[in-house]
Amino acid sequence: MQTIKNNLQAFWRYRYLLQNLITRDFKLKYRRSALGVAWSVLNPLLTCLVMVAVFGSLFNSRGNGIENFAVFLIIGQLMFNFFREGTSMAMESVLKNAPLLRKIYIPKYIFPVEKVCFALVNCLFSMLALAIVMLVTWTPIAPTFLLSVYPLAMLAVFSLGVGLLLSSWYVFFRDVMHMWEVFCTLLAYGSAIFYDPSQMTGMVQTIIRINPLYWYITSLRSCLLWGDGLTPNMLLIDFLCAAISLLVGLWAFRKNQDKFVLYM
Amino acid sequence: MATQDTTPIITVDHVSMRFNLAKEKQESLKEYFVALTHGGVRFDEFFALSDVSFAIMPGDFYGLIGLNGSGKSTLLKIISGVYKPSAGKVTVRGTIAPLIELGAGFDMDLTARENIYLNGTVLGYTPKYITSKFDEIVAFSELEEFLDVPLKNYSSGMVARLAFAVATMTKPDILIADEILSVGDFLFQQKCEARMAELMSGGTTVILVSHSIEQIERMCNKVAWLDHGHLRRNGLTADITPEYRHFDKTESIPADKPE
Ligand SMILES: Nc1ncnc2c1ncn2[C@@H]1O[C@H](COP(=O)(O)OP(=O)(O)O)[C@@H](O)[C@H]1O
Ligand SMILES: [Mg+2]
Repeated sequence: MQTIKNNLQAFWRYRYLLQNLITRDFKLKYRRSALGVAWSVLNPLLTCLVMVAVFGSLFNSRGNGIENFAVFLIIGQLMFNFFREGTSMAMESVLKNAPLLRKIYIPKYIFPVEKVCFALVNCLFSMLALAIVMLVTWTPIAPTFLLSVYPLAMLAVFSLGVGLLLSSWYVFFRDVMHMWEVFCTLLAYGSAIFYDPSQMTGMVQTIIRINPLYWYITSLRSCLLWGDGLTPNMLLIDFLCAAISLLVGLWAFRKNQDKFVLYM
Repeated sequence: MATQDTTPIITVDHVSMRFNLAKEKQESLKEYFVALTHGGVRFDEFFALSDVSFAIMPGDFYGLIGLNGSGKSTLLKIISGVYKPSAGKVTVRGTIAPLIELGAGFDMDLTARENIYLNGTVLGYTPKYITSKFDEIVAFSELEEFLDVPLKNYSSGMVARLAFAVATMTKPDILIADEILSVGDFLFQQKCEARMAELMSGGTTVILVSHSIEQIERMCNKVAWLDHGHLRRNGLTADITPEYRHFDKTESIPADKPE
C-alpha cells in the first residue's frame, strides 16, 4: 500500500516531465514535415482508403457480407496500430533514454508510460479520421459511442503491461525488437481487422478468440459501429487481460530495473 | 556550533559495487546462450568499489582523486542514485543536481531551448519556474545565438556549458561534477569555479572529480582517494594531496575479485 502511494506521488511529481516528453515526441515526429500534425489524421485515413480499395474490390469475398466495411476496417486498424505503436515504442524507450538515466535518478517506468500515452494521443488524432469515414459513409451515431472510452482505456493499460515487459527484456537482448515485429505482423492477421471471424472455420475462430486484441477491437466496434454496447463478456475479458498484462509487466520491470543502467 | 553541522549530508556506508566486464554483456540471445554453455554467464566479475565508507558534511567541498578506473565515477553514480550498490548503503539528505559529466544527458536532436525545459522537468520543476530561470541559464551558458539550434551541431564545450548552467539552475543541496572542468576554455573554467564557490557559500555541498591536483588543492577542503575501488585515504586536502603527488603505481592495491 505504502509503495503504491509513493509511486503515485512520484508520478505526480513527474507530470510535467511526462507532458514535456510527449511534446518532444510530437516535435521530433513532425519536424521538417510540411503538413505536420495533419499526418496523424491523414495517415490512417489514406491507409484506410487503400485497404478498403484492396479488400473491397480485389478480394471481394472478404469485404462482402460485412456491413459498412470502411468503418469496420478503420476501427480495427486504429486499435491495432495503437497497440503496435505503443508497445514497440515502449520497448525501446528505456534504452533510448540512457543518456538521461545515466545522469540522474528518474523512475524508469516513466518512459514506457510516456510512450503509451503518446501512442494514445496519436490514436485520438486518428479518431478524427474515423469520424470523417463515419460521416462520409453516413454511419448513424449510436448513444453507445460514449462507452468507447472503456475498450480504449483497457487497451492502453494492456499495451502498457506488454510494453513494460518488452522494455525490460529489450535492455538485455536487442533481439526482442525483431521478434516482436514479426510477432505483430502475425498478430495483425489474427485480430480480425479486415475480416469477420464468423467467416472462418471453427479452429481458426477459437484461435482468434483467445487473442485479447480481437476483444478490444470488437468491443469498440460494438460501441461505435453496431450500437450494441458492451456485453458482460467484453467487460470482463477486456478488464482481465489489461489487469494481468499490467501485473506481469510491472513485476518483470521492477525485478530488473536496478540492473538496467549497467547494460546501457 | 549548530547541531545540523555535525550530521553528514551524505553517508557512504560499506558500499561495494560489483561489475561484469563489458565483454560479458550479452546483447543478443545468441551471445547469451553461447555464454551459458561456456560455463555460466558471470565468470569475469570484479569490484569497482570495495567496502567504501566515509561521510560528507554540509558545506564541504569534497574532492575525489584516484587514477583512471579507480571507481570515482561509479561512486558518484551511486551517490546520485543512478546505480544501486551491490552491497552497502548511501544516505543522502537533500536534493542532488544532475550529475554533470562529459556527454551530458541531453537529447541531441532537440534544440538548447527544448533541452532546458526537458531537463528542468526531469528535475521536477514546473514549466513556469523554468521560464523564470530561463534567461539566467542562457546568460550563464552564453549560447544566446544558438538557442534554436539542435545540440548535435554544438561543440562539446558548448554542451558542457549548457549542462553546467542547467544543473545549477537552482541552488541544489548537493552538486556533483565529474571531470567537467577539463573541457571548455579557461574562461569557462573560471566561470564554473566561481559559480561553484558562490553556490558553496550559499550552503551547497559540492563533490568534484578532477585530474588537476592544483584545482583540487585550490577548491576542496577535503578529499577522498580511491585506488582500484578501495578507499585509500580520506580527510583534509593538505594531508592527502602531497602523498598522492608522490604515489607510485606499484604501491596500488589490486581490485577485489569475488571468490
Ligand atoms: N557499467 C559498467 N559495467 C562494467 N564495468 C564498469 C561499468 N562502469 C564502470 N566499469 C568499470 O569500473 C571501473 C571503475 O570505473 P570508473 O568508476 O568509471 O572509474 P573512474 O571514474 O575513477 O575513472 C573501471 O574498471 C571500469 O571499467
Ligand atoms: Mg570517471
